[in-house]
Amino acid sequence: MSVLHIREVSKTFSGGTKAVDSFSLDVADGELVCLLGPSGSGKSTLLRMVGGFEQPTGGQITIDGEDVTHLPPERRPTGMVFQSHALWSHMNVFKNLAFGLKLRRMPAAVIREKVEAVLELVGLSGYGERATGQLSGGQQQRVALARSLVLEPKILLLDEPFASLDQHLRERLREEVRDIQQRLGITTLFVTHGQDEALSMADRIVVMANGKTEQIDRPNIIYREPQTPFVAGFIGTMNLIEGAVSDGNFMRADFTLPLPVADGPAILAVRPEAIDLTISETPEAHVHRVTDYGTHGLVDLDLADGTRIKSMVAHPDMFRTGQGVQISPRAVTAYRDNRPIYRS
Amino acid sequence: MTTLTPARTRMDWPGIFFATLLTIAIVGPLLVVGTWAFTEVWRFPNVIPQQFGFRFWGQTLGRADVWNALMLSRRLTTGGTLLSAMICLPAAYAFARMSFPGRNLLFFSFLAGHAFPKFGLLVAIAAIFLQLNLIGTFWGVVLIQLVGTLMFMIWIPVAAFQAVDRRMEEAARDVGASPLRVFWSITLPQAGPTIAAAVLLSFVGTFYETEGAWLIGAPGIRTMPVLMISYINNQMVIQYGAVLSVLLWVPSFIALMFARRVIGGGAFARGFGG
Repeated sequence: MSVLHIREVSKTFSGGTKAVDSFSLDVADGELVCLLGPSGSGKSTLLRMVGGFEQPTGGQITIDGEDVTHLPPERRPTGMVFQSHALWSHMNVFKNLAFGLKLRRMPAAVIREKVEAVLELVGLSGYGERATGQLSGGQQQRVALARSLVLEPKILLLDEPFASLDQHLRERLREEVRDIQQRLGITTLFVTHGQDEALSMADRIVVMANGKTEQIDRPNIIYREPQTPFVAGFIGTMNLIEGAVSDGNFMRADFTLPLPVADGPAILAVRPEAIDLTISETPEAHVHRVTDYGTHGLVDLDLADGTRIKSMVAHPDMFRTGQGVQISPRAVTAYRDNRPIYRS
Repeated sequence: MTTLTPARTRMDWPGIFFATLLTIAIVGPLLVVGTWAFTEVWRFPNVIPQQFGFRFWGQTLGRADVWNALMLSRRLTTGGTLLSAMICLPAAYAFARMSFPGRNLLFFSFLAGHAFPKFGLLVAIAAIFLQLNLIGTFWGVVLIQLVGTLMFMIWIPVAAFQAVDRRMEEAARDVGASPLRVFWSITLPQAGPTIAAAVLLSFVGTFYETEGAWLIGAPGIRTMPVLMISYINNQMVIQYGAVLSVLLWVPSFIALMFARRVIGGGAFARGFGG
């Protein structure tokens, strides 16, 4: 039973850069929360503060009610898996896993038992005597995970653990990690810049930008109901069209759409799969390019002022470059002042 | 780009020329000295000695001053290297990892000694040592030989410590190791082979250091190389010097071979930032 509370934590580096700005998050027992954001969004700094490798310049971090804000890493009940796996190359696999247990002065027999159990958990039984350099990238990352798990930390911290692996391996490992995490019921904070990873693994996703929270929600909500244009644009493919509303109509170049909101600027967010196209003599846009993916097609459109819009279509062979089309979005979200004002 | 014609292995004539030249320059003198050491009679104009033998080995090794010098050199070198390691390794760690005011200036000053003409520096130090009554003493020679080791013992370990992955150290902190334990169990083993190379280089360098040992040590302290020089300068018999040269060459050659096996060339390269 371990819960993590992050209360208004800030981090300003000595150069004056504000990496994390008054960030708050509660992670429930056994929950896997993904910190998702572009590089420089402060997600790694935040994770390192939870692990004790960076000192917050403000705020408080508690684990199971105990204030750990100013504890050094070795005295925190957290286990971190690094992006570069950071295995100790002068020790074999067994010694890598046993090091933390030895520091806890456990008897040799118990250490052996625990190491073998955790090796089995990550699917590397019998690899104890291998040198770390003899392992593949995926195996090294599994050992790094095992090194943290064997100490039974209250909070597991994963810092882009799959970033150095190829796509295929990444997908397999994230399923494995998710399985292990659920089996052990270990509270986990996971940093990634890959939305696939976040959407497929997380119980909840925290989308971060510029050291601040943009949205905290379950993956399907993040995808369907993004709360800010940033989240809308960051998760999945999204057309973000900046325009203005007057007399109940959103307008950008020749494109107009009835929008029942007050007059003023607005950003329209439309998924490519939620746009219907009809070939028209009075076009709102022209076809720039048609790409056939077999199962579906993607049509790139240009509005009269050059704004690019992507539309997913079932029959790409109906469209040709240069053709004029009418755009009919089926579901849109409109944003003003960084929050949604209309959703259909 | 691809070429269809198969690449022919051509004779690299300039390469062979330079390799031969280098071999002659390095091996030639060794060969001459080595031959002299096992020669009993070798008169002009013969190319090959008339008579080989071990007579001069017996004579050289039978001398008490040779054994005294050998033991003294061993003590001096061990003491000097240990002292150097004690001073330089913590300093190297500080240079590599910590930031403090004057860091760059201090780092440079460690190496600045090597920018001066060495003999001039030694004479200046000798003048100071004379006042401190260190001339002709064991510790006087140890101190002067420290100067020669600074280059290896600061520069190479600094690079070695800088090359250790910080994430490895953080991972060790993460599993519960104190900073001291991290240094002992992670940083030192990771930097170890390169540092061992530095220690070995400074050991060998100190063993053969002659100018300082002669200037500060004379007349009381006679190290092996100093003795060898006096043999070469003052004795009519060439073989004494040759035997001592071979005698001194063998252990360092073995040490370097051993180092190469254990440490590998990579550690030397890493030490110089390669």
